[in-house]
Amino acid sequence: MKIKLIAFGIAKEIIGPAESDLEVKNSCNIGDLKRILIIQYHEFKKLQSIKFAINEDYQEDHFQIHEGDEVVIIPPVSGG
Amino acid sequence: MRDIQILDTPLTTQSCHDAVADPAAGGIVVFVGVVRNETKGRKVVQLAFESYVPMALKEMGKIADTLSQKWGILNVAIHHRVGVLEIGEIPVIIAVSTPHRQAAFEACQYAIDTLKETVPIWKKEIFEDGTVWVSAHP
Repeated sequence: MKIKLIAFGIAKEIIGPAESDLEVKNSCNIGDLKRILIIQYHEFKKLQSIKFAINEDYQEDHFQIHEGDEVVIIPPVSGG
Repeated sequence: MRDIQILDTPLTTQSCHDAVADPAAGGIVVFVGVVRNETKGRKVVQLAFESYVPMALKEMGKIADTLSQKWGILNVAIHHRVGVLEIGEIPVIIAVSTPHRQAAFEACQYAIDTLKETVPIWKKEIFEDGTVWVSAHP
């Protein structure tokens, strides 16, 4: 299935474009996606943390991703 | 009442103060974040802020929920700026009004501490000789 990745901050610099499409297996959850990204982009492994959001909420590793979901990569935040 | 905004124009303490003013308030605490000129001895030229705005507003809303539930605040204003800021400019203001001062101090401290941990906003330090995404690496 195809999902859309949206990246901010340092994640955008690691991946390249702010938005990109990614083909993943149908049973892919957030934890799987994290592993895929770390393999594809070694820079992610060096980060303090990497979180993900779907529908504007943080989602944990077991969260099931669905076809067409927009998954936002949230590198360590640093507002304020 | 809550006034939660992400803006690309200069923030003012007056507008946050006015947003939380309340006849039942005995105190208003206003935290003002300011762009500092150095990090670990290295001279900072500018800070660049970006945000995933819809989620940032939602996360700041959760902070406001907690302030109401835990400290029974009257009103809160959280304004955060995005874009490139110079030294001395204001990236964030949090104002809280409560009947008694102690709750206002505690709630305001909780709000800025939590904002820095959960709200999807990122800042890049721009030095004379390079840039660094703050907190990205251990």
